[in-house]
Amino acid sequence: MTLKPPLILMSLTLFLAVAIVLATGMGFLAIAPLEVIQILWAKALGVGIGEDMNSTFPFVVMEVRLPRILAAAIVGGGLAVAGAVFQAILLNPLADPYTLGVSSGAAFGASLALVLGILGITVSPLVSVPLLAFLGAMATLAAVFALAAPDGRLSSNTLILSGVIVAAILSAGIGFIKYLADEQVGVIIFWLMGSFVGKTWHDVALTAIFVLPGLLVMLYFARDLNIMALGGRTADTLGVESRRVKKILLVCASLMTAICVSVSGIIGFVGLIVPHLLRLVLGPDNRLLIPACFFGGAILLLTADTITRAWLPTELPIGVLTSLIGGPFFCYIFRKKQLGQRT
Amino acid sequence: MNTLAAPLFAISKGCFAYRANNVLQDIDLSLAPGQFYGLIGPNGSGKTTLLDLLTATRSLQSGQLSFQGRPLVKYAKKELAVRIALVPQQFAMGFDFTVAELVLMGRYPHIPRFSNPTARDLELVEEAMAVMQIQPLRHRLITDLSGGEKQRVVVARALAQDTEVLVLDEATANLDIHHTIEIMHVIRKLVRDQGRTVIAAIHDLNLAAAFCDQVIVLKNGRIFKAGPVAEVLTSRLIAEVFQVEAVVQAATPDHPPQIHYTLS
Repeated sequence: MTLKPPLILMSLTLFLAVAIVLATGMGFLAIAPLEVIQILWAKALGVGIGEDMNSTFPFVVMEVRLPRILAAAIVGGGLAVAGAVFQAILLNPLADPYTLGVSSGAAFGASLALVLGILGITVSPLVSVPLLAFLGAMATLAAVFALAAPDGRLSSNTLILSGVIVAAILSAGIGFIKYLADEQVGVIIFWLMGSFVGKTWHDVALTAIFVLPGLLVMLYFARDLNIMALGGRTADTLGVESRRVKKILLVCASLMTAICVSVSGIIGFVGLIVPHLLRLVLGPDNRLLIPACFFGGAILLLTADTITRAWLPTELPIGVLTSLIGGPFFCYIFRKKQLGQRT
Repeated sequence: MNTLAAPLFAISKGCFAYRANNVLQDIDLSLAPGQFYGLIGPNGSGKTTLLDLLTATRSLQSGQLSFQGRPLVKYAKKELAVRIALVPQQFAMGFDFTVAELVLMGRYPHIPRFSNPTARDLELVEEAMAVMQIQPLRHRLITDLSGGEKQRVVVARALAQDTEVLVLDEATANLDIHHTIEIMHVIRKLVRDQGRTVIAAIHDLNLAAAFCDQVIVLKNGRIFKAGPVAEVLTSRLIAEVFQVEAVVQAATPDHPPQIHYTLS
């Protein structure tokens, strides 16, 4: 690595800022980047905007596009960081946030919230979706832990295996909810495929409240995560409370995943590919990798969302797009890695 | 250093069971500083568990274990990490750290959380790499190294930790004879010149005989015998503990005791 970490992070921040401005200008109604900056500047200072601008522009920027774009960026960053942390904890660079079943748990909880109405319970989905997604994620995590760790040790193989088992049961549960949902099944299916359509400032605030502090906790433990790559026994003799750190970070990453899933539906693959790609470029040091993943994930998902929103003739669910582009790409890297290890 | 000094480790009536199996029973042991201890015994005799107890990665279910006169459980992990280092036998690393980054991890307990390594830290890393002759590998990725190279990196990592006690769990089991002897010489020198204490589980009895001051013999979770090499490693003991017939050739001023096995 020749570039200094602060320089890398500063360039990524700048890159994200440029991407946000450009994406805000794109769409059915094209707005020049300079005009976008003008609007943001005026709103930030609370002053009026020049008379020569189309009067619908500020509304489009502030109320329609920006919340959606920021939501996509924060969800992308959150998923990527959660992925990086799951990989570091499970000591497996090819693991992903879904292997622990956390996403399925969150999706199960959120789908349940969507059909509560059928059961005669009326709660605002603004509250019930994130709440049940979180409860689903945490219940799943607890179940996976109980299954994996009867003797108190948390081995990564048993954790992944337990995650896969629990996720399989949960996906049957989601299938049952879809069957129950009847007329509402379209809503659930669309949501399960992942989308940022109609995201508001409320969604931006909800994700930011959980993802940003979570990111700070992860940065605090980033150095311990590096040491934990040596294996639990060695990490313990180097003074890392590896079991405690493992639990704190698993809860933290699960919470972030749950909030992201509750806002956007299931967007696979971001948590897998972003940390993996960045690790190839920047190396495995979590002190740089974790913040870089936040920016990388944010830029990736924001770009993908802008493509579905502004370029494609009909809007494609973003989860489908990321998987369609990312899946084969990941297979290619995986294959290359396997071949590289053999020689 | 002399053996009359206060014990470094003292275990009395130590027992450890793993899921209803008694792995270690009635362990009474006193280890003096400045000695090279060899821990020998058949597979499953409890060697690794005993080392785990000494490094506080497991704790006794009954009995006492003290380190430098204070119960081991009273130490914070960070306090122990600057005093005791471990070289494990198994080492799997899935992430592409470079050799130099990995050796620097040995300095972790000495560097505050958000600080950069000091010149002294980097100096110790260089020294450890020089001793293990892995300086030419410094920029190589740990995942690209051979098993023997990896193990030398892991030993260097423990040396960089710069602790008074070094615990080795069959650290040379995967190395060729050349590198095995080289590592044993380095460790022997740490004990002789710097008064450090080494406790090493060793399978090869000749290696133990050649480099250790004292041997501790475990059989079925109990200490069968412990004492100076020449007193303990007898053909009778080898027959009783390992069920192997052997002739032990006494030490001469130039040669350590040698064990010749009867292969039949």
